[in-house]
Amino acid sequence: MKFKAMTAIAALALSVPMLAYAEADDDKLVTNEEIEMVTKAPAPAHLEGALDEVMSGWHFRADETQEMQRDDFDNPGMIFVETALDEWNKVDGSEGKACASCHEDLESDMKGVRAGYPKWNDNAEEVRTLAMQVNACREGQMGAEKWKYAGKEMAAMEALISVQSRGMPVDVAIDGPAEATWEHGKELYYTRTGQLDLSCASCHEENYGNRIRSDHLSQGQINGFPVYRLKNAKLTTAHGRFKGCVRDTRAETYKPGSEEFIALELYVASRGNGLSVEAPSVRN
Amino acid sequence: MASGVKPRVKVPKTAAAGEAITIKTLISHKMESGQRKDKEGNVIPRSIINRFTCEFNGESVVDVTLEPAISTNPYFEFDATVPEAGEFKFTWYDDDGSVYDTSKKVAIG
Repeated sequence: MKFKAMTAIAALALSVPMLAYAEADDDKLVTNEEIEMVTKAPAPAHLEGALDEVMSGWHFRADETQEMQRDDFDNPGMIFVETALDEWNKVDGSEGKACASCHEDLESDMKGVRAGYPKWNDNAEEVRTLAMQVNACREGQMGAEKWKYAGKEMAAMEALISVQSRGMPVDVAIDGPAEATWEHGKELYYTRTGQLDLSCASCHEENYGNRIRSDHLSQGQINGFPVYRLKNAKLTTAHGRFKGCVRDTRAETYKPGSEEFIALELYVASRGNGLSVEAPSVRN
Repeated sequence: MASGVKPRVKVPKTAAAGEAITIKTLISHKMESGQRKDKEGNVIPRSIINRFTCEFNGESVVDVTLEPAISTNPYFEFDATVPEAGEFKFTWYDDDGSVYDTSKKVAIG
């Protein structure tokens, strides 16, 4: 009898830290002792019935990984931001322009930009992601060649632009002309794909906080994208991650930059309305 | 010269005399091990940072030998005592003979 009680206590003692590890924690994220990040926020109205609270993926990571995002020096994603800064000032293309030729003050001109993308572009009559806008500038204004949609130059440039909005709440518009795209994205989010028959929601809405093999499922928020991943030591864009997720359901994936992923990006971004822009974040 | 190499260091601007301060350094470098093969099966030549040193006013603080198993963008964090005002000099040595360096001044205050 006594032995059984001891075993029960031992089992309890073991299981408590495991539980605490598996669930989202209550840590606070302040970057550079200056930027206070909102990493938990009340869910936006359109998520009523699905989620009450939205949480940054930061909460689901181990303390050591979380720590890397508290200081820019410890954040390996900032290496890529520095490379992109060189690119920002570099003249490219037939027009003899750099990004900096039009956007003279990077900090003030790009402040808040990342928080509102993807968004409707009136002239082009399409929903544009940040990457599409960068390529539109490169082709239209600079006369330069487009970058690969989810390639390393683009990921770094997205990170540089995102840094100017860090700490600002994600606020993408889902009504008006963007609504049809948003609805399409929502449909994709809840559509099961692949041999494993999983939708985005199967993992990131119904099972966040639970384990998937040795890892923890987050809510799949993209407020921290592009993200520096420890597993491959480089930046990953939202579309790169979408592709990885869909592939993991054992399906043929859509392509980065495809209509489907643009719609999905708008929808997923809108699920994080209210969370701070964290990019470049650090994840495993 | 390997592409995209950029040293970064973080040193406090001031320290008390005799105080031990924490120094962080990072250099962006691909650190190709020399063990991998490309698509055609040819060995990708080794290209790593093989030595890192830190000096304070000409006196050696650390001198590190790096081996191929060290991953991309090597990061070092160490403590150093600051006896007087001066300058930390950091140097990285590349396999291809390139040398990258940077320095930081520390004041006593």
